[in-house]
Amino acid sequence: MDEISLLIGGRAGDGINSAGMVVAHLFNHLGYRVYMYFDYPSLIKGGHNYAIVRASRDKIGAHRDKVDFILALSQDSVDLHKEIISKNTELIFDSSRVRAEGIGLNLPGILKGESAPPVMGNSCIIGAFARAAGIEWRVLEEVFTRQIPKALPLNLTIARRGYDASRECCRIPPLKNFPLPVLSGNEAIGLGLLHGGLDAYVAYPMTPTSNILHFMAEVAEAHDLIVFHPENEIAVIMMALGLGYAGKKAAVGTSGGGFCLMTEGLSLSGMNEVPVVIVMGQRAGPSTGMPTYTGQTDLHFVMHAGQGEFPRLVVAPGDAEQAFTWSSLALQLAWKFQIPALILCDKTLCEGFFSFTDPTEMIPEVRQDAPSGEGPEYQRYEITENGISKMLCPPAAGMVIKVNSYTHDPAGISTERADIAVMMTEKRMRKGATLAREIENLNPVVIGGIKDADQGILCWGSTLGVCREVATGLDLRLVQPIVLSPFPLEGVKAATVGMKRLIAVEENSDGQLAMLFARHGIRIDHHIRRYDGRPFSVEDLEARIREALA
Amino acid sequence: MTARNLVTGAQNTWCPGCGNFVIQFAVKNTIQELVKEGTDPDRIVLVTGIGCHAKMADYLNINSFYSIHGRTLPVATAIKMANPDLVVLACAGDGDCYAEGLDHLVFAAKRNTDITLVVHNNRVYGLTTGQYTPTSPLGFRGRSTPGGTLEDPFNPLEIVLASGATYVARGCTRRMDLLQKVISGGLRHRGFAFIDVLQVCASYFNLSDYYDEKVYEIRDHDERDYGAAFMKAREWDYNSDAPIGLGILYRSEKATLEERLALHRGPGKDRAATIKKILDKKV
Repeated sequence: MDEISLLIGGRAGDGINSAGMVVAHLFNHLGYRVYMYFDYPSLIKGGHNYAIVRASRDKIGAHRDKVDFILALSQDSVDLHKEIISKNTELIFDSSRVRAEGIGLNLPGILKGESAPPVMGNSCIIGAFARAAGIEWRVLEEVFTRQIPKALPLNLTIARRGYDASRECCRIPPLKNFPLPVLSGNEAIGLGLLHGGLDAYVAYPMTPTSNILHFMAEVAEAHDLIVFHPENEIAVIMMALGLGYAGKKAAVGTSGGGFCLMTEGLSLSGMNEVPVVIVMGQRAGPSTGMPTYTGQTDLHFVMHAGQGEFPRLVVAPGDAEQAFTWSSLALQLAWKFQIPALILCDKTLCEGFFSFTDPTEMIPEVRQDAPSGEGPEYQRYEITENGISKMLCPPAAGMVIKVNSYTHDPAGISTERADIAVMMTEKRMRKGATLAREIENLNPVVIGGIKDADQGILCWGSTLGVCREVATGLDLRLVQPIVLSPFPLEGVKAATVGMKRLIAVEENSDGQLAMLFARHGIRIDHHIRRYDGRPFSVEDLEARIREALA
Repeated sequence: MTARNLVTGAQNTWCPGCGNFVIQFAVKNTIQELVKEGTDPDRIVLVTGIGCHAKMADYLNINSFYSIHGRTLPVATAIKMANPDLVVLACAGDGDCYAEGLDHLVFAAKRNTDITLVVHNNRVYGLTTGQYTPTSPLGFRGRSTPGGTLEDPFNPLEIVLASGATYVARGCTRRMDLLQKVISGGLRHRGFAFIDVLQVCASYFNLSDYYDEKVYEIRDHDERDYGAAFMKAREWDYNSDAPIGLGILYRSEKATLEERLALHRGPGKDRAATIKKILDKKV
C-alpha cells in the first residue's frame, strides 16, 4: 500500500477541517507524506463540508478521484460522493444520521454515555477509523496529545469507544520516515514572511487569506510583531505604507475584491517607492463569485493593477515550501528594490495542507546593496545607476525624508517639469531592469517531471502538485514559472529548450499564463482549462492530458 | 530653532489671500515652539492628502508623507504605530477627509490614535475648481451643482465627538491667534486631536466677511463635559446663520491605540527560534 485516500464529511460546524487534520497527522505519524483538500460552502452552520486527506510515500499536492475510506457524519457525505466510492471503499459513519453499509457508530449514544459535547463525535469516528485501518492505539494517543490539547482525556475516552466499536479492515503499514510539520499554504506564507524580515501584518478578513491574519495574530502573542485589522482594504494598504515609511517591513493579505480597493495604494507604492508585500489569494470570481472555491483568474489583474507604469514583483508559489521560500524572497526583494511585491496564490494553496520540509537552508540570500546616499543633503530619490536610492526612515539625524505621490524631484518635492518627469520615470525603469536581472539568479522557473522529455506541461501556482504527479506518470516535462513579473525570459527559455509540444494547464477560462507566454514569443500547443472553482484531481488531469497528447 | 530652516524654498502656488498661508504659519510657529521646548525636529512627521492644503508637504522642510486623496489618517496612524516616539501631524482637506476618506476619520477617532489632524475646511473643492464638499451650505452653487446642492452639510464636530475623539477643537484662518492655540494644544494632546479649521478659499468660496462677523472665542465652557461639548458643537450646523465658536470644545484622557497595542506584542525577537517553535508544534 503506497498511498491511502480518505474523505471525511459533515455539516458546517461539525469541525470537519480539524478532524481532517487529525487524520492527516495519523498518517504523518506513520511516516507518510500528506495533502489535505478542504471543501466548504460559504456559510457558518449546516451545508456540506468535506476534507479529502491523501497520504503517500512521496510528497504530493493533489487529491485522487477514489478514496479508501469515508468517514461520514452526515448522509450527504455518502450521497454526494457516489462517484468516488468504489467496492473497496470502507464506510465509517454515524448511524444516527447516516444510512449506509459499513461500520456504523451510534454517536449520540456514545457521547451521551460519556457526557461529551456533540463536536467530540469527530474523535469517536477517528478512533473507529484508526482501528479499521490497523493503526495502533498509541499512534492515535500521540497524535491526539499533540493536536487536541483541549479536553484531551475526554477526547481519548471517546476515541477509545470508537476504536473498540470498530473492526480492522486493513493494516496501513508504518513507514520509516520521521513525521514532518503539516502546514497550510497560508501558514507557510506567514512563516516565510517572518523569515524574510516581516515586522507588521495588516489585513481585512477575506477568504482565502483570512487565516494568515488569524495565524499572524497568534504568532504576535509570543513574537514582537504588529498585527492589525483596520476598517477596510484601503486602510490596510495605506497603513502598510505608513509602517514601511516609518521603518517597519509590512505585508498585507486579501483576495480579488479587497485587492480592487488596494490598487490606488499599490500605485502609490510604485510612485513613492515605499515597499509593501501583498498576498493576493485568488478565488472563483468575478465579483463575489464563489467565495470559498478556487481559481486562477487574477494573473493579468495583479500584473497590471494600478494607474501608471512602475516595476513590481509577482510570484506564484505552488506548494508549501515554495510559499515559504518565495514569501521570504518577495519581502526581501520588495525592500531591496523599494517596490510593491505580490504573492499570488489561491484557495487551493492557501487552505490546503501539506507535509512541509523547512527550506530555510535553500533560500538564496538577497544582498541588500547599500546605495551611497552620500552628499551634503539626503535625497530620498537620489538618482543612481541601478535606480535604487538609499531608503532612510524617520527619525534620521539631520535628515529630512520626504516621500510623495506626485511626480517629484530627487528630494521628494512635487514637480511638473518635463525633464524631471523623464528622469524619474527612467529611474523607476532602471530599478525594474535591475530587478529582472536579479530574478534570473534565483531559479525563478522550476523544471520537473521527466526533465529531458520533449513534450511537457506548463503550469503556475497551486496546480503544481497535480501537474508534477501527472507529468511524472506520463513521462512529461513540467515547467512552472514561479516569478511572473518581471517575466523570467532566460529561465523560461532554458526550461522549454527542445520542447516540441507544450500543454498549458490553468484554472481560468482565458488562458492567462498562455497569453503571457505568447507575448514573449513562446507558443502553447494545447490548453487545458478548468473554471468550476474546484481543483483538478490527478485522474481528471491525467485524462485531459492524454486527450491532448492523442 | 535656528539650526533648520523650516521652509523648503519650493515655489509657493497658493492663490493670493488663501487661508492656507495662515494655517501653514500657525503650524510652523507651533513646530518652532515644540523644538524650542526640546522636541527633536527629526521626530516630527507631516502627512498630507491631496488638494491645496497638501502643498504644505512641499513647503515645510520636515519629514513628510505626501499621500493620496482621502488617505492621510491610515498613513499617519501607522507611522505612529510603527514608532510611538514620532510626533505625527496629519493635514487634510474637507473634500479629502470628510468625503473621500470619511471612514478613516471615524476610525481614527474611535481608536484614539495619538496623532493630530488639522482639517483645512474651506467648504469647497479648490484644486478641482469649485465643487461642493460635505460642509458646503445647502444650495451652494458649484460647478457640479449649478442649480445649488441638494444636501444639507454635516457637522464634522458632531461626527468626531460621537466617534470617540479625545480633543475636539475649531479654528478659523481669520483668527490666527486662536488658531495657533488650538493647533498647539492638539499637538500636545495625548490621543486623537481633531481641529476643524474654517479656511477661506479666496478663489471659490471667500467667506472672510461672514466669518469675521460670526466667529467668537469660546469662554466659560467646560471642555471636560461631553454633553456640553455636543451642545457647543450644535450651536452652528455649518448651514444656517448662528454664532461660530472657536476654541477647544472637548478634551479627555483615554488609553491610546499605541499604548494598547504595546500590551499585545509578544517579547520574541529571534525569528528563527519563533519559526522553529511553530514548526515543532505542527508535527
